[in-house]
Amino acid sequence: MKQTLITLVEDKPGVLNRISSLFRRRNFNIESLVVGKSETPGVSRMTIVANEPEARKRGNIYFNLLKLVNVIAVKDVSKLPCVSREFILIKINIDPNQLNEVNTVVKQHSARIVDMGAETVIVEAADEELVINNLVSDLQPFDITEIVRTGKIAMRLGKTLKVNFEKINEKEGEIRWKPEQVSSYQY
Amino acid sequence: MKKQKLTGAEIIWECLIKEGVDVVFGYPGGAILPTYDALNNYREKIHHVLVRHEQGATHMADGYARVSGNVGVAMATSGPGATNMITGLATAMMDSSPIVCITGQVPTAVIGSDAFQEVDITGVAIPVTKHCYLVMDVEELADTIREAFYVARSGRPGPVLVDIPKDIQNAETEFIYSEKEINLPGYQPTVDIQDDDIKEFAKMVNEAKKPVILAGHGILLSEASKETLELAEKASIPIATTLLGIGGVPDSHPLVLGMMGMHGETWVNNAIQNADLLIACGMRFDDRVTGNLKTYSPNSKKIHIDIDPSEINKNIKVDLAIQGDLGNVLRHVNPFINSAKKTEWFNIISGWNKESQQRDVLNIKTDALLGAQAIRKIWEGTKGNALIITDVGQHQMLEAQYYEHDDPRTLLTSGGLGTMGFSLPAAIGASFYEKDRDIWVIVGDGSFQMMLMELATAVQEGVNINIAIINNGYLGMVRQWQQMFYDARYAETPISSPDFLKLAEAYGINGYRVKSLDEIIPAMNKANKITGPTLIEFIVEEHDMVYPMVPAGANLNDMIQRPLFNENGQYKKKEKVL
Repeated sequence: MKQTLITLVEDKPGVLNRISSLFRRRNFNIESLVVGKSETPGVSRMTIVANEPEARKRGNIYFNLLKLVNVIAVKDVSKLPCVSREFILIKINIDPNQLNEVNTVVKQHSARIVDMGAETVIVEAADEELVINNLVSDLQPFDITEIVRTGKIAMRLGKTLKVNFEKINEKEGEIRWKPEQVSSYQY
Repeated sequence: MKKQKLTGAEIIWECLIKEGVDVVFGYPGGAILPTYDALNNYREKIHHVLVRHEQGATHMADGYARVSGNVGVAMATSGPGATNMITGLATAMMDSSPIVCITGQVPTAVIGSDAFQEVDITGVAIPVTKHCYLVMDVEELADTIREAFYVARSGRPGPVLVDIPKDIQNAETEFIYSEKEINLPGYQPTVDIQDDDIKEFAKMVNEAKKPVILAGHGILLSEASKETLELAEKASIPIATTLLGIGGVPDSHPLVLGMMGMHGETWVNNAIQNADLLIACGMRFDDRVTGNLKTYSPNSKKIHIDIDPSEINKNIKVDLAIQGDLGNVLRHVNPFINSAKKTEWFNIISGWNKESQQRDVLNIKTDALLGAQAIRKIWEGTKGNALIITDVGQHQMLEAQYYEHDDPRTLLTSGGLGTMGFSLPAAIGASFYEKDRDIWVIVGDGSFQMMLMELATAVQEGVNINIAIINNGYLGMVRQWQQMFYDARYAETPISSPDFLKLAEAYGINGYRVKSLDEIIPAMNKANKITGPTLIEFIVEEHDMVYPMVPAGANLNDMIQRPLFNENGQYKKKEKVL
C-alpha cells in the first residue's frame, strides 16, 4: 500500500541525506520524495511516498522519520482527503500533420503544450498520478524523446493554521501536527 | 564592557567543563591541534587520557557513560582518526550509550577538495549516530556542543558526533554559554502518558495467570529497578532479563529467572514460550532474544514499554504499546496492580529449573578447567560485587550465565553490536568513574588481541583493573558454531597468542597464569593487592561449549542442551592446526 507522509524538516545541509539514509538503512521502500521551501523561512515541506505492503512497517517508517532530530513533524495523510499532484514534461518529435492529434490527446487530459518548435513540442501536465500515467500511455503512439516527472506533492483539504515553528507541538491550534501516539497509530 | 574573546578551541573546553566533563579520551593529530594546544590551559579541570587507537577512545567514553550514566567524551583528529571511531560509535548506538565524539576537520576552505586527512565524517557517521554536526561557523560552536550533549543524554541515549574544522578552532568569538532551555522543534524525547493505556496495562496484568516481565537495558537507563521489582512482587511476576538488562534487577532475587534468549537457561525461555502475558520493559525483541519470530511466545498478549516509539511493533506486534520513560510508566501503573500469588505458574517454572540443574556445568567432574567454572570462581572471589566488563564470545555468555549481578551498572558488555575488543578500553573508561568496586575485565584470547594496544593506556594511566583472559586457543564462539552447524570444519578459528606473562612483563605489569580451579582464588588475591593493572591468564578447556543454545532462527524453546555430565566424549576432539 502506498503511504503518503507530509514532513516538515529544518532547512539545513544534510537533511535530505539523513532521510534517504534512513530509508536505505532500514530497507524501507521509497517511491518518491519531493522537497521544497514551505511558507515558513527555515522550514522545508516534503512529501514522501513509501510503498510498504506490511502495515507494521508503515508505522515503523512514521516513527523512524519522527525520530530524526531535523524532522520537525510528520503527518501520515494516506487515508485523509488531499489534493495530490505530480508534474510532468514530455518532449515529442512531431510532424506538423500530427499536431492536431497530439493536441486532442493533450486536451483530453487537461494538459497543455508549453513549447512548439519546428520539430518538437513539449507537453506539460500537473495532475494526479493516474491522469499523468494515462497521458503518458495515450502519447505512446508518438515519438516521445524525453520525459521528466516529479514525485507526488500533497496537501490536505480544509482549514489549517500556519505552522508555528517554535511551538509546533504545544499550541492547541496546531494539534494536528502533534506526533501520533504509538498506541493509537492507525496502520 | 566588552567581553574577552575566546578561540573555538578554548570554547570547546569551556563547553565540556560546563557540561560537567572531567575526563576526555582522545588522540591528537593535525586537524585537532589547536584544541590540544588549548588543553594546556584547562589541565586543572579536565584530565585527558591518551589512548593508543581512536576506537579505544570511543569504547572508553562508552564504558564511562555506561557505568556513570553521564555523557562520555572522546576526541580525535580528522580522516583516519575519525573513521577509527566508527566502530565505537556503532557500538554505542546499538546499546543506547550516551557519548559525544569531537573530531577535527580540515579547514572549511578546503572541505570537499580531498585535502590531506579529509573524510566526510558526518556523512559516514549518519547511520551509526543518534545525530551528528559539522560546525561551519564559530558563532554556532557553543550552542552546537550544548545541543550535542542534550541529544546524547536525553530520551533514548545515543552517540553524537561533532566535527569541527581547524579554522573554526582557531577563529575567535565571545563565549556565551546559553542557560536557556534547548529548543529543538523536531526533537521530543518525552511524551505524556495516556490514562487509558495505564488502565489497560493494569487490567492485562491483573487478568494474567502466567505473566513474565522481560527486563531490558531500559531499566538501567531509566533507573527503574525499584518500580520493576514493585510490579513483579505485587503481582508475583517472574522476571527474565536481556543481556544488557542484567543487574537491572538483582540476580539473587527469587523472582529473577536469569537471562533469556539464545544462551538463556531452559526455564527462562520455556517461561517466555508458555506465558500468557509478556511485559517488555525497555527491551527491543532482538533476534538473539526471540529466536524464530513466528513461533515466539505464541499464546501471550504482549505489552511493550519503550521510550523509543520506533522500537515498538518493529519485530513483534504487540497488543498494548506504551511510549514513555519506563520508571514513569511503572509509577503510574503500580497503584492499579492487584496483589496476587501465582503458585501454579511458579511450580511449572521450577520444574523446568530442576531439570536443567542436572546439566549444569558446575556439576561436571573434570580435571580440565572449564570457562564457566573459572567465571564462577571469579564471582566467588569478588563476592559478586565487582564491576565486570566483558568482551564478545563464549566468555561473554558464560559470564552472563555464571556471574550473578545484584546491582545496576555492574556489567558492561557490547550486546547489540557484539564488538570484539570492547572490554579493555571500556574498563579503562569506567575506572575513571567507578572508584569503589574491584574492576574485572573478562576477555577471551581472541578479543583481547583485538584491542590489546590499550594495555599501554592502562599502564600509562595506572588504572586499577584486573584482566582475566579466558584462553581456550580458539575464537571459541565461532568455533562452537562451526562445530555445531558446519560439521566441525574449523575455518580460521584456532588462534595463537603471545606468551601473556611475558606480554605483561613487557608492559611492566604483574601477570599470573592459572590452570586449575584451586589456583584461581590465590591468583586473584595476589592481583588484588597490586595497584594498577594486572593480568591473569586462565588456561581453560579448548573444546568447551556454551549451553544451552538456541540455533539462530530456531524456536526459542528448541534448545541444544548440554549433554548430561555422566556421558563422556562430548567433545569432538580434533587435531589443532594453526
